[in-house]
Amino acid sequence: MNLTLKIWRQKNAKAPGKFVTYKVENISPDTSFLEMLDILNNDLIHKGEDPVVFDHDCREGICGMCSLHINGFAHGPDTEITTCQLHMRKFKDGDTITIEPWRSHAFPVIKDLAVDRSAFDKILQAGGFISVNTGGVPDANSIPIPKADADESMDAAACIGCGACVATCKNGSAMLFVAARVSSLAKLPQGRVEGARRAKAMVAKMDELGFGACTNTGACEAQCPKGISIAHIARLNREFLSAKLKD
Amino acid sequence: MAKLDSKIPAGPLAEKWSKHKADIKVVSPANKRKLDIIVVGTGLGGASAAASLGELGYNVKIFCISDSPRRAHSIAAQGGINAAKNYQNDNDSVFRLFYDTIKGGDYRAREANVYRLAEVSNNIIDQCVAQGVPFARDYGGLLDNRSFGGAQVSRTFYARGQTGQQLLLGAYAALNRQIAKGSVKSYPRHEMLDLVLVDGKARGIITRNLITGEIERFGAHAVVIATGGYGNVFFLSTNAMNSNGSAAWQCYKKGACFANPCFTQIHPTCIPVHGTQQSKLTLMSESLRNDGRIWVPKKKEDVELIRAKKKKASDIPEEDRDYYLERRYPAFGNLVPRDVASRAAKERCDAGYGVNETGLAVFLDFKTAIDRLGEDVIRARYGNLFQMYEKITDVNPYHEPMMIYPAVHYTMGGIWVDYNLMTTIPGLYAIGEANFSDHGANRLGASALMQGLADGYFVLPYTIGDYLSHEIQSPKVNTDTPEFAEAEKAVKEKIAKLFSIQGAESVDDIHKKLGHIMWENVGMGRTKESLEKAIVEIQALRKDFWKNVRVTGTNEEFNQELEKAIRLADFLELGELMARDALHRQESCGGHFRVEYQTPEGEALRDDKHFAYVAVWEYQGADQEPKLEKEPLVFEAVHLAQRNYKD
Amino acid sequence: MGNLFSSSIGRKLIMSISGLFLILFLLFHMSMNLVAVFSTEAYNMICEFLGAHWYALVGTLVLAAGFLFHIIYAFILTIKNRQARGNQRYAVSKHEQGVSWASKNMFVLGLIVVLGLLLHFYNFWYNMQFAELIGEQVGPYGPADGAAYITSLFSNPVFVILYLVWFAALWFHLTHGFWSAFQTLGWDNQIWIKRWKCIANIFATVVMLCFALVVVVFFLRSLCGGAC
Repeated sequence: MNLTLKIWRQKNAKAPGKFVTYKVENISPDTSFLEMLDILNNDLIHKGEDPVVFDHDCREGICGMCSLHINGFAHGPDTEITTCQLHMRKFKDGDTITIEPWRSHAFPVIKDLAVDRSAFDKILQAGGFISVNTGGVPDANSIPIPKADADESMDAAACIGCGACVATCKNGSAMLFVAARVSSLAKLPQGRVEGARRAKAMVAKMDELGFGACTNTGACEAQCPKGISIAHIARLNREFLSAKLKD
Repeated sequence: MAKLDSKIPAGPLAEKWSKHKADIKVVSPANKRKLDIIVVGTGLGGASAAASLGELGYNVKIFCISDSPRRAHSIAAQGGINAAKNYQNDNDSVFRLFYDTIKGGDYRAREANVYRLAEVSNNIIDQCVAQGVPFARDYGGLLDNRSFGGAQVSRTFYARGQTGQQLLLGAYAALNRQIAKGSVKSYPRHEMLDLVLVDGKARGIITRNLITGEIERFGAHAVVIATGGYGNVFFLSTNAMNSNGSAAWQCYKKGACFANPCFTQIHPTCIPVHGTQQSKLTLMSESLRNDGRIWVPKKKEDVELIRAKKKKASDIPEEDRDYYLERRYPAFGNLVPRDVASRAAKERCDAGYGVNETGLAVFLDFKTAIDRLGEDVIRARYGNLFQMYEKITDVNPYHEPMMIYPAVHYTMGGIWVDYNLMTTIPGLYAIGEANFSDHGANRLGASALMQGLADGYFVLPYTIGDYLSHEIQSPKVNTDTPEFAEAEKAVKEKIAKLFSIQGAESVDDIHKKLGHIMWENVGMGRTKESLEKAIVEIQALRKDFWKNVRVTGTNEEFNQELEKAIRLADFLELGELMARDALHRQESCGGHFRVEYQTPEGEALRDDKHFAYVAVWEYQGADQEPKLEKEPLVFEAVHLAQRNYKD
Repeated sequence: MGNLFSSSIGRKLIMSISGLFLILFLLFHMSMNLVAVFSTEAYNMICEFLGAHWYALVGTLVLAAGFLFHIIYAFILTIKNRQARGNQRYAVSKHEQGVSWASKNMFVLGLIVVLGLLLHFYNFWYNMQFAELIGEQVGPYGPADGAAYITSLFSNPVFVILYLVWFAALWFHLTHGFWSAFQTLGWDNQIWIKRWKCIANIFATVVMLCFALVVVVFFLRSLCGGAC
């Protein structure tokens, strides 16, 4: 396959960016999208040009490090995958592919296609945990948990923190990310203990960091590589509102 | 050389850890506040250690190269975590888990360490459940288990195919709680480039801020290395792209000894290589071997037709299939340990029965399980793995069997540590995959997660106190000293040197060459000749690297080429040490298979008389042969025997 | 309750509750309009009843407050959300699969609804309740003769089309707004999310068809000169 790539290049957070057009040739359809970028970068290095910076790590769809807005979609034109799992067979020979970084006020660009998602860490630090110290905990089987609850908790816990929800949301909202954590813990008896505190603290931090509000479009769910349902956002709303009403 | 003292406590095996805990010193809360600890790496080991140490009241600084601690490669572990809970009433016990692990490791691990690991395994499950890890449960609400290779009991706890992710999120949450409290300070996108010793003790590290390029100094009373393994020396592996051995290698070059570097695990169930542009290999969880059956055609003509895509696997009748693991190992069948399964696949492919275009693949077939249990049950168990397989290969594994082939997955070798997990440098600790201690020559499935968390939650927080109790008089480490200045200068010079070369080859070009040398010569079947060849070729490639590499850009920016170049420079030294270690170990054991040493049936042939020891290598200077020391392995509780998975 | 209404979810709660209140009002208004189709006398009786009496005025004020909250918070949320999106927009962005068009265009739809509302005020409220309030007739008919205003307005095809466009915008707005309100309140889960969306579509369609019915019926009657 021969392809034309329009890639956003930006030297650093402060510099203005622009699209630069590149050509790549003889790409096998079995190549992954990031391998295609590796090939481009190797060519650029041989030409003495700066390679394109993009975040990636595990390349099997679980670490959440890769991002990229490809031809108008977060993680590209395929469902329930991350960019590293996208393969070139999803494109046609001769296609022009536009590659942009995540765009959101809370995710500033660091360089080229890499953005700063540390806001997610800050939200989780505000309350995305159960306050237990190491040791001194009861036996794992001492609290039976209905299978359906454990499964639903796991559905939400599948979040990889990639930020596709924020990147896709027209409001730059992190509600799906926050909801996934709040909902996952709220479905477990261990997590219920500080459920109210958690929901309030995490939402307050999310608002403080400049994420937008949820308008229930469901775009986040459509682009989430783990298919996390916005039903978890309803649970977050419930948790948050009932906690606030008690204050 | 520092005398190797494993500090294994005296007494019966089952009482060693309790007795040791009672004997070692502790630090009072008031003094903990005055002590600083650096933890490098935020995987299961690093995150759990930093969180636990923070809870105890120490001042912890934690470093990772990713944008968040949650990205560490522990997250990619799929199948599960072992524990001797015996919830299934199948006669499991601490001793059985210990025994399986020692045997699985082909009797090249330390008894005392492994027993302790099995002992604390149960606490890990309790801890994780308390943290809100959503392990799979049965309808009664209690925890479910599945089986893994090398065990005849069901002791593996799991969270779908994302167990590593869920355990890491648990540890990361505990870490976040400490970061919010201020007891842990987090430094993401920082890479450790050197270790700083003051008066022979580990006193700090030099890091590079990966975004600004700033070289920074950090001091502490103790340094913990939790940076994982070095499988990426092979270029193609199941490790994450950024996983590297550099932090451990810097420790080695500063005097920490490196143990059993040649013990590499080749995982049997990975998606086969498809072409030369491939960047990494994807693992298909070992849990698939619970229900998947591994086979190749019995007839060569079927092999040819399948390779030519003229026949589908599903067209081959039962009687023409060779379920070679079930044939060779009736007792364990498809659930033999990884090294055995990998070698068996290689044996079939070498004999010409490989089923893809490259001849390097075997089938992993779910037809029997789907017929028996229905597609829905299989989907519930492995849905995400099947989806992952289909996205990568464009083949639907519900209808056609998966194709798999072994790939580099884990390194059992690592920094040598004593029973306290301290290296040969006082104050320097190594935990998780970065150390060598628990898996011998082969790690059993679902044991890596167990070891990382055991070290981080339940071992290091105790043992580090013993060392730090002697440091309560030491003031805060001043980083404005000649030792730090010198280390910083060396790092800056190395970086400047890399930029000055401006050669013709990219870092990846050279890394691929190294990977090729390693895979061909230090891979699944090693010989004296191949290893000697590897040493010569690696040395030549290293020279070529320092003459011919091109690193673009500058230090003062986000420069991924520079990061890769620094890591490759270390891999080019580490690879040679692996080959040397493999060359010296004239026996086959676990993942280390020397073609010259095998039984008539082709099984690994150990030589307990001459090689029942840990090979411990000490750095002697650039381009000098390292010095070998031996830590004898003494087995009191188990009887050394040829591993038998046949009956 | 602390600072509930300065939080993003709290602001959405105001949208949700005010929205549900307006939906109730729509139901009431729809029922009233339907009466006009069957009996203009009965309709005028309702108009009389809802004139400038204290209860009707209180109701109008509460209703206006509902509208104001809904509109003001829509502005606040939209501005904040645009800020959160950042200054740099995507060069290429496509519509995600399974995402309703209305959900992404609620603000624009809302603006169209407000414009229609202003027209509606001018056509009816100004001539009727307002006229009664100031105590003199401002339109061609008496302030309680709602039927006459309907009959005359919808004999003009331009107004018929304008009103139908208005209803269409409101239909889109409702299909999303209805279930979204329950989602924001947290009365939703994996199963109900589909049910609410289905209910929302049915509800919006029934309500807007009833509104449209009145307009179309009066237009058709005007065509046959009031003979049918």
